[in-house]
Amino acid sequence: MSQLRNIAANGLWNQNAVLGQMLGLCSLLAISTSVVNAVSLGLATIFVMGMSSLIVSSLRAFIPYEIRIPIFILIIAALVTVVDMAMNAWLRDLYLVLGIFIPLIVVNCIVLARVEAFAAKNPAGLSAFDGVMMGVGFVWVIGLLGAVRELIGQGTLFSGIEMIIPSASAIQILPADYPGFLVAILPPGAFFVLGLMVAGRNWLDYRANQRIHAQRAQQSAAAVAG
Amino acid sequence: MSETESPSAEKVASAMMAPLSESSVARISVRTAVILLVFTMAFTALMAGVYQLTQPILEKSALDAKRRTITEVLPPDTYDNDLLADAATLPPVKALGRDAPTTIYRARKDGKPVALVFEAAALDGYSGRIDLILAVSADGRMVAQRVTLHKETPGLGDYIDPKKDKNKQQPWIKQFDNLGFDTVLGGKWRVKKDGGIIDQRAGATISARAVTNASGRAVLWIHDHSARLFDLPNGSQWKETSP
Repeated sequence: MSQLRNIAANGLWNQNAVLGQMLGLCSLLAISTSVVNAVSLGLATIFVMGMSSLIVSSLRAFIPYEIRIPIFILIIAALVTVVDMAMNAWLRDLYLVLGIFIPLIVVNCIVLARVEAFAAKNPAGLSAFDGVMMGVGFVWVIGLLGAVRELIGQGTLFSGIEMIIPSASAIQILPADYPGFLVAILPPGAFFVLGLMVAGRNWLDYRANQRIHAQRAQQSAAAVAG
Repeated sequence: MSETESPSAEKVASAMMAPLSESSVARISVRTAVILLVFTMAFTALMAGVYQLTQPILEKSALDAKRRTITEVLPPDTYDNDLLADAATLPPVKALGRDAPTTIYRARKDGKPVALVFEAAALDGYSGRIDLILAVSADGRMVAQRVTLHKETPGLGDYIDPKKDKNKQQPWIKQFDNLGFDTVLGGKWRVKKDGGIIDQRAGATISARAVTNASGRAVLWIHDHSARLFDLPNGSQWKETSP
C-alpha cells in the first residue's frame, strides 16, 4: 500500500516529470495554448504511458539489457501508432481534435524515461500504475499551464470544448472586450509560465524542508533539555 | 532515478571482467540480433493487423468527411447529380494557390450547371498556408467558403474558421456568401483596411487579408474558366492553354 502511495506521490509531485525532471518539454510547450488542447494531449499520454509500461514490464524477462533501448522505442512507437489508427477509426470526433498531437507522444521522453527507470525492473501491475501516475502528473501541469496561458492570452477557459462535447461552450472569464495578450499564447509565454510554476514548486518544497528542519531542531532541543 | 538499483549492472560488470571467447561473443551477438528481429516482426505484425482492420473504416470516414465539408459550402438541395462522381482534375493552378493537382466537383441540376466545388489555398497567412474549400456558382458568385486547415494563432487569427469564431451568429467567413466576381473586378473584394468591403477583426488583419485575397483570386479564375470547367469530360485532366 505504501508502495502505491509512494509511486503516486512520485508521479504527482516528488519526481513530477515536468516540474521535477524537466522532461517532455517539447510537446508541453507546443500544446499548452488552451486547457482543452493541453488536457486532451495529456489524456492520450496517460494512456500510452500506462500501456507501454505494462507491455515492457510484462516482456522484461525477454529483453536483453544491451538492446533494451531500441526495443523500448519499438514498443512505444508501435503502441502510439496503434492508438493513432484505432482512435482515427473508432473515436473519429476525438481524433479530429487530438490527431495531430498523438505522434508527438513518441518523442515525449517521459514515456521512455519511465519505461527505462521503472517498468524494466518492476512487476507489471506496479509499472502500469507508475506509468499512469506519471501521466497524471504530466496532465495537471500541462492543464494548469494551458489554463493560465489561455486566461491571460484570450480571457477564456475551455475554448474549443465544443469539439469534444458539442453542447458545452467556452467560459468567458475576463470581460468580453479583453484585447488579449498575444505573448501568453506564443511560445515565450509558455516559458514564462512554466518558469513561474517551477519556481512555485521549489518554493513549496523549500518551505516544507524548512518546517521539517525546524521540527527536528525543536525535537533535539527538547531532548537536550529533557 | 532512485527507486531501484539497476539489476543488470552487476551482470555487465562480471561480463566485462571475464574475457569472452570469440565463439561466445558471436553466439551472444546472434542471439541478441535474433531477439531484436523477433520483437520487430511481432510489433510490425501488430501494426499491420490494426492497419488492415481500420483501413476500410478510415476510407469511409474520409469520404463522409468530404461529403460533410461539401454540404457546408453547397446545400445538397441545390443540385441533383452525384457530386463526388462528377469530378475533373486540374493541374496545380497558381491562381488557386495550389501546388498539387486540384479536384473540382461539378454540381448540376437537371443537367444544367449549378456550381463548382474545389479547394484553394492562401499562402500568405500569419503562420503560412491556409486551406480553403469554396463553392462558386455557375454565374461567378461565391456560394460559401470554409477554412479546412490553418495554423493561425489560436484566439487571434483563427476566427477565419467559423468553428473557432467567437461570433456564432455572424461568423466572419459568411461575409463572402453571395459576393460575385464583379466585386473582385471592382476592387472591393478586399479587407476594409485595404479599401474593400470585408470586415477584419482588430489585431489580426493578416489572416483575414490572406483568406480574402485568395478567395477573390479563386472566384475570378473560376468565373473566367467556368464554361470550360463544366464541359470537361468526367475524370479528365485539364490543360491550361493560356496563362
